[in-house]
Amino acid sequence: MQGMMIARAKELLQNGTVNRVLGWQTGEFVYDITPAVFETAEELDEKFVYNAFCGNNLSKYLVKETKKDGKILVFLKPCDTYSFNQLLTEHRFDREKVYAIGIPCDGKTSGEMVKSKGLSGITGIDEDGDNITVHTIYEDKTFNRDEILEERCRTCKSKKHVAYDELIGEDGEVLDSHRFDMVAKLEAMTPDERFAFWRSQLSKCIRCNACRNVCPACTCEKCVFDNPASGIAQKAAADSFEENMFHIIRAFHVAGRCTDCGECSRVCPQNIPLHLLNRKFIKDIDELYGDYQAGAEVGSRAPLVNYTAEDVEPSIVYHREGK
Amino acid sequence: MQKIGVFVCWCGSNIAATVDVQAVSDTLAKEPGVVYATNYQYMCSESGQNLIKDAIKQYGLTGVVICSCSPRMHEATFRKAVASVGLNPYMLEVANIREQCSWIHKDKALATEKAITLGRAAIAKVQLNAPLQAGESPVVKRALVIGGGIAGIQTALDIAEAGFEVDIVEKQPTIGGKMAQIDKTFPTLDCAACILTPKMVECSQNDKVHIYSYSEVTSVKGFVGNFTVSIKKKARYVAENKCTGCGECTTKCPMKNVPNEFNLGLDNRRAIYIPFAQAVPKVATIDPNYCNMLKNGKCGLCAKVCTAGAIDYKQQDQVIEERYGAIVVATGYNPIKLDKFEEFDYSLSKDVVTSLELERLMNAAGPTGGTLLRPSDGTHPHTIVFVQCVGSRDTSGCGKPYCSKICCMYTAKHAMLIREKYPDTEVYVFYIDVRTPGKNFDEFYRRAVEQYGVHYIKGMVGKVAPRADGKIMVQASDLLANEQLHIEADMVVLAAAIEPDKSARPLATMLTASMDTNDFFTEAHPKLRPVESPTAGIFLSGVCQGPKDIPETVSQASAAAAKVIGLLVTAKLTTNPCVAHCNELMCNGCSSCERVCPYGAITYVEKEFRMPDRTTQLRRVASVNPAVCQGCGACTVACPSGAMDLNGFSNSQIMAEVDAICQK
Repeated sequence: MQGMMIARAKELLQNGTVNRVLGWQTGEFVYDITPAVFETAEELDEKFVYNAFCGNNLSKYLVKETKKDGKILVFLKPCDTYSFNQLLTEHRFDREKVYAIGIPCDGKTSGEMVKSKGLSGITGIDEDGDNITVHTIYEDKTFNRDEILEERCRTCKSKKHVAYDELIGEDGEVLDSHRFDMVAKLEAMTPDERFAFWRSQLSKCIRCNACRNVCPACTCEKCVFDNPASGIAQKAAADSFEENMFHIIRAFHVAGRCTDCGECSRVCPQNIPLHLLNRKFIKDIDELYGDYQAGAEVGSRAPLVNYTAEDVEPSIVYHREGK
Repeated sequence: MQKIGVFVCWCGSNIAATVDVQAVSDTLAKEPGVVYATNYQYMCSESGQNLIKDAIKQYGLTGVVICSCSPRMHEATFRKAVASVGLNPYMLEVANIREQCSWIHKDKALATEKAITLGRAAIAKVQLNAPLQAGESPVVKRALVIGGGIAGIQTALDIAEAGFEVDIVEKQPTIGGKMAQIDKTFPTLDCAACILTPKMVECSQNDKVHIYSYSEVTSVKGFVGNFTVSIKKKARYVAENKCTGCGECTTKCPMKNVPNEFNLGLDNRRAIYIPFAQAVPKVATIDPNYCNMLKNGKCGLCAKVCTAGAIDYKQQDQVIEERYGAIVVATGYNPIKLDKFEEFDYSLSKDVVTSLELERLMNAAGPTGGTLLRPSDGTHPHTIVFVQCVGSRDTSGCGKPYCSKICCMYTAKHAMLIREKYPDTEVYVFYIDVRTPGKNFDEFYRRAVEQYGVHYIKGMVGKVAPRADGKIMVQASDLLANEQLHIEADMVVLAAAIEPDKSARPLATMLTASMDTNDFFTEAHPKLRPVESPTAGIFLSGVCQGPKDIPETVSQASAAAAKVIGLLVTAKLTTNPCVAHCNELMCNGCSSCERVCPYGAITYVEKEFRMPDRTTQLRRVASVNPAVCQGCGACTVACPSGAMDLNGFSNSQIMAEVDAICQK
């Protein structure tokens, strides 16, 4: 796959369709994958990677990249295409300046996941059907894919690309992957248990802002948390409890716009399951207003930010008792 | 820092009985920024207002907080008062300690504490208030009346008489509404058509009145004095300007078995029809559901017989856009569906009819030519049972909780007319209560009982069962005699509850006019502003506001017209300065605000912004049209970056209020 992608990228660079390529390269370690922009065939050959560690969603980088001259090639996994569409819905980048190639994805793992299986000295990773082989300086270890996929990939919502100019490989289907099971479990808790759960999780937060910075729904010109005039910025840093509110406020801000890409949880250095907050909103919206998948199509109107003459009264929504 | 004055109103005992007003003014006097606080029996009275004015002058107040009734009641009064001594009227805030405090609480200590909290929130808000300037907007000298029943007709005629242009939008092919279907009117028993049709004709002849029949309102934009309304003229496949109403087509059309809705399906009409002889406009309409030509291109007979060449099978729906200064809602009512009242066997027996159907059966222009005959076999009924309150005053959930108001009187009318015309007929009326207040109403009912010998029986009918021999068995209880009755009836007449027309709810949304849970439009004030909607520029006429009979409807229609005329003669209206605005530096151009705006007030512009290193960037940012914005604030909460803000209700003001409420 990596080879095909590099070949196609070189072609598009050469024939002038694009002047840059947005992809992935390895960081200090092979599992430290970093989004990167490539401008030449040599750079692609040397650094471009695509493997089971490449979980990063590249769509958000288009907001800045499309401000530059020329057209950029981007590789999108199925779940990334939802963010791509959502950003277009919000007019966050110019579609004309992007050439999008859809690539298949069978789920991604992470350095941490692999290390949790007792491996160290990781030097590479290979995929073959349902098997993923991790190379280390000591041994090669093969896992069944399901064993080491990230949680968000085990509950993958869709293998279908909802946006692309061309596809490499086969397109998949929208899946029914029980992604709301954990939310349902939280809902079944008593308020006290739930409060305790979130307190224990959110109190781990070190306010590194990684979740916000990676989130494709967080592309405000000026984030309210960075804006002293918003009245929120200082609050969310006031004490440990207010700080917990940072994540709640953020979940509200992206409600109805979050495509459930799971990047927030992936980048959290404290392993807070932040995506569960967003999933709770998605589940509620589905139940109260009918199924809605943000980013499934460009220009779709999220129920929470859409006025129509047919809007029901709040009392009616209340009676539906979203569970 | 503002210099704030706090004025706590007793509202007689309305507030003072439940809230310790002295404690409120004493406590609020210690709030930061408050330089003067007092309480007074009636703050809205002249002396109360003078108290405020004097304090502003004496203490040099820059902000005023009134703790009193709802701002909907007296905010305008107080704003005017402070403006008269030179304070910007938007530097005043009202803390509602009546409707939201004293009226709903009993415990004086707790109510006092809450009143203090509400006052504290208002003070926190005033700290951040900024003077606002109201603009002016012109008034379009034209009114729209939605609904062409007696309510709409009367309103339109009165407005036209004052010299203003007025349009009536009626969804049926003719104006006239329910009154056109009624036979005689209580309590005078004059014929409905004789008093209604001259008014209909007046509408068509008055050059100030324009009728859009067979039309619907599809969108409403704008605000008081300046509404833009889209009206869909449904294709009637007949050119209105050519059709002479001769009716030739309606006798030649081969499609003979179309249920005639004007006669409530009691007889048939053709696929091309004129609802009734006195229809206005008297223009034929083709029913596309039944016309062969429209369905499969075969026939064309009406076009052949039409000497005026008015038939146009290719006619399309047409959308007209028109501007109005005021809109009157007169959408009227319908009897409820009776499918939840199985016990009356309405769906099983043709001889169980609703009162409105009976009107048609007794009307000289109805399916039986005015002779009362059983719909099933055309024989004279000899025993007729009337059932009152079918779905009215119903708390079981099958019907409506309210009294439909007109049924007692029209049932007395029906009973009386039947006994008058067919003295050999026994008439029974089953009632819960007989309610006949109104001029000459109770006398009318007593005449039915005393002179005409109608059997009024207090009690409900339990079961109506048609028998094979055509008789209808009615089982009922007589509550006064405490016995079960079994009556062999020939006809049963059900006084079905009335409900607002189904078009009212979507219309209310378009107009942003509020409704109650029964879908009746709510008034701006139930006693003092009964014909105005709380939404400025929207007026209410007839049953759309609540059940009422013809005399009441006509009075309300004229009252609504008077209000409309009062608005239309105004040269300029003051606009609301509390509108949204966008901080372009923060706006992402994401469109969230535009999508939630019910008024279409937000558009986007591409603007160049200065960036670091002497570069510029073109960005898409929101722009609010202040003339269209109504200040609802939906955009401010939808905006993810907080770029949208509302004058007079800014995000920071609301946060300050919340903080003030949360602090202990």
